[in-house]
Amino acid sequence: MESPSTFSNTSAHDITDLCLLAGKIMLQSGAETYRVEDTMSRMAAALGFPGAHSYVTPTVIMFTTSRTEPVKLFRIAERTTDLQKVSEVNDISRRLSERQLTMAEARERLGQVDDAAHAYPAWMQIAAAAVTGACFTVMFKGSLWDALPALFVSGLGFAVAGYLHRLVQIRFFAEFTASFLIGLSAFFSVKYGIGREMDKIIIGSVMPLVPGLLITNAVRDLMAGHLVSGLSKGADAFLTAFAIGTGIGLVLSIL
Amino acid sequence: MILQLITSFFAAAAFCILFNAPRRALFQCGIAGMIGWVLYWELEREWGTVISTFAATVVVGVISQIFARSFKMPVIIFSVGGIIPMVPGGLAYDAMRNFVESDNNQAIQYGVQALLLSGAIAAGLVLSEVLGQMFRRRTG
Repeated sequence: MESPSTFSNTSAHDITDLCLLAGKIMLQSGAETYRVEDTMSRMAAALGFPGAHSYVTPTVIMFTTSRTEPVKLFRIAERTTDLQKVSEVNDISRRLSERQLTMAEARERLGQVDDAAHAYPAWMQIAAAAVTGACFTVMFKGSLWDALPALFVSGLGFAVAGYLHRLVQIRFFAEFTASFLIGLSAFFSVKYGIGREMDKIIIGSVMPLVPGLLITNAVRDLMAGHLVSGLSKGADAFLTAFAIGTGIGLVLSIL
Repeated sequence: MILQLITSFFAAAAFCILFNAPRRALFQCGIAGMIGWVLYWELEREWGTVISTFAATVVVGVISQIFARSFKMPVIIFSVGGIIPMVPGGLAYDAMRNFVESDNNQAIQYGVQALLLSGAIAAGLVLSEVLGQMFRRRTG
């Protein structure tokens, strides 16, 4: 247990680094920008800098502990959704504020969270995507006959999207190709009598890829007054939906 | 109806695996998603999509706050699981597909609806947060 006076002896530089690390993990894990700013300010306040300022967009974090300190910048290139990491960083920052953790402990914990891999193995994620696809097919008023091909088609689509994304690093291309394959395999499953309604199979199968949550987060950011983040997330969502729509549209127009 | 209950539960829980939710939260995520979807499903016939999405999201938000307090995890884990079935990803895809097929009128209709639905979900989550804060102030 350390008293607040010990905290203020540590340099502002270290505190900035700690807050930036927390912010970086949260932003890469898909937390809303206002939540990232809030967490960083709280951590800085707990460490003796109540007047910290930050500016967060989906691609960059700018942070300073006080007016006299230089502003530090961190660039974010990769973003996924990782609720486990968001909740762990939340937990660390809360315990830091309640003085249950020292700064050194918090830094060590954050380092562990940053290095941790996805908690579920790849096959389990693909299986989950397959189940999602089949379930959404039924929820969008498809029949049980369509759920079976949707199970395989969505699993295939998700696996291809993940693999290609690692291979070429261009999200548009990965999503486009994956949805093209989804459309193609849905077409053939209907043609050979495994499924009935091609539309229902397709819409269920693209659900693991579509940016539904991203759109909602974009609107939430806009409502919280984070106009730049909201608009850029909206653009991101638009691009993803466009990639998927183009992939499926191509199948429908050539077949 | 029972089919909808089962599928929405598994859809929400499986989606939370993709979002890397903690293992012990998956069941509650599924429950939140199931309640939200069934509520939406029942209300939609009477009130239309936007209002029923809003109402279902408020309920999901309140449930997520109760779960968050009793299982000591942040609200976002459960609320994401809960809204997943209602989130307008399918509509956004429909809109873009119609654009690609140069059926612009239909595309704009889908697009506007997707925007309205995401607005309804965001507003519902904000309202449930406000409700939670009011409740906490009264008890705490």
